[in-house]
Amino acid sequence: MEDKKGAGIVPDDKIDLRGVLCPINFVQTKLKLEEMEMNQILEVILDDGDPMRNVPRSVKEEGHKIIKVEKLPDSSYKLLIRKEAE
Amino acid sequence: MADEESATMEGLKSTLRKESRKLHLDFNELKSGGFIKQTQKNLFTVRLRCPGGKVTSERMKKAAEIAEKYGNGEVHISVRQSIEVPYVHYQHFDEIAASLREIDWSVASCGPRVRVPTACAGCTYNPNGITDTQGMCAEVDKRYFGTPTGHHKFKVSFSGCPIDCFRTREMDLGFQGVLEPMLIEELCNGCELCVKGCEEGALIMDGDIPVRDWDKCIYCGDCVKVCPVDSMVSKRIGWLARAGGKHGKHPYFSYEIANFLTDEQVFSLIEKTVVWYRDNAVGRERIGGAIERLGLDKYMDEVVVPLGLEAVRDPKDRMKYYAKGNYYGR
Ligand code: SF4
Ligand code: SF4
Ligand code: SF4
Repeated sequence: MEDKKGAGIVPDDKIDLRGVLCPINFVQTKLKLEEMEMNQILEVILDDGDPMRNVPRSVKEEGHKIIKVEKLPDSSYKLLIRKEAE
Repeated sequence: MADEESATMEGLKSTLRKESRKLHLDFNELKSGGFIKQTQKNLFTVRLRCPGGKVTSERMKKAAEIAEKYGNGEVHISVRQSIEVPYVHYQHFDEIAASLREIDWSVASCGPRVRVPTACAGCTYNPNGITDTQGMCAEVDKRYFGTPTGHHKFKVSFSGCPIDCFRTREMDLGFQGVLEPMLIEELCNGCELCVKGCEEGALIMDGDIPVRDWDKCIYCGDCVKVCPVDSMVSKRIGWLARAGGKHGKHPYFSYEIANFLTDEQVFSLIEKTVVWYRDNAVGRERIGGAIERLGLDKYMDEVVVPLGLEAVRDPKDRMKYYAKGNYYGR
């Protein structure tokens, strides 16, 4: 298992959702995850506020795992999500 | 004590049974059975019993059949989730009742009675839902539907979470799902998602660990639903109870009277409250009016305290129902 903060993990794919509103940001995350293989890692960049309130929870409800959350200089957030459900 | 209570509930129910036996064609009696007089001479609206707004396809077909055969081909969805068939001539009441019985269905109650309870989808398929509103609603309908109060209507509703879509603040008794969150510190990775997820601003980070201001927490469980490592978990779930609300000409917001009730405590509270209402209200007063007139303390001391229900906490650990009561009434 990776360390507690999920440092040093290289994502298999990336999606930048800054400026994308709810729930389109979640739908795009979901579509991206659907293209990927089980246990691969997706990097998602989200705005603070509603996107950060909604998307992580929906990702969890779909059965995936958020393994890292990192604040970026522009106060958006970088999430690493491991695909754990089909 | 418990026997005495159920004996009283039985008493109320047998009155109802007697009343419904002599239902035929006395307009006042008819009203108690869910036939509502229309502006048009001899025409009534028939209100069907749909607890929680849940209606099987079999019942939908029956409602459509009755609307086509006896009404004008339309139904109306009441604000309390029931299907109503308008424009029915009173001569057809018996036929309609028989036709409903074929599929084990019946009309709803009107008048001074415990009404059909309402409920949202709750935890069965709403992502925000904490409690099983539909299950409780069906059980409450089975146990208490139609119980005469001797005064006025008595409405019960269930909401699955603090968003409170089913407006439990405006009910004679309302029950809303609540979840008490708990942090397992060893598992927490300090990701802050729970802090972001809490719309009440009840969580802030203290170094690497989220800390909660319990005065702001409304027990919605959003922090638990977002936590990616199950470090924020549910310690317990239950029902927040509200009493004395109503809408209508002079709306009241209810008092929050107790928190984290179990399902069994919900039933006990309903039973004891209906009996208290019957014994303490005057005329066509709703229970909120009786509580206002006699003082909340009397209701609390005679109903809530004897049941040993958990108090609602305020910032200084006193009960906060005083501060939250009858908001519109002021
Ligand atoms: S009260 Fe909560 S659980 Fe019920 S419908 Fe509204 S959001 Fe969903
Ligand atoms: S239960 Fe709701 S209000 Fe309480 S801390 Fe969690 S998210 Fe905030
Ligand atoms: S969401 Fe969970 S892991 Fe992240 S800070 Fe809150 S309790 Fe800790």
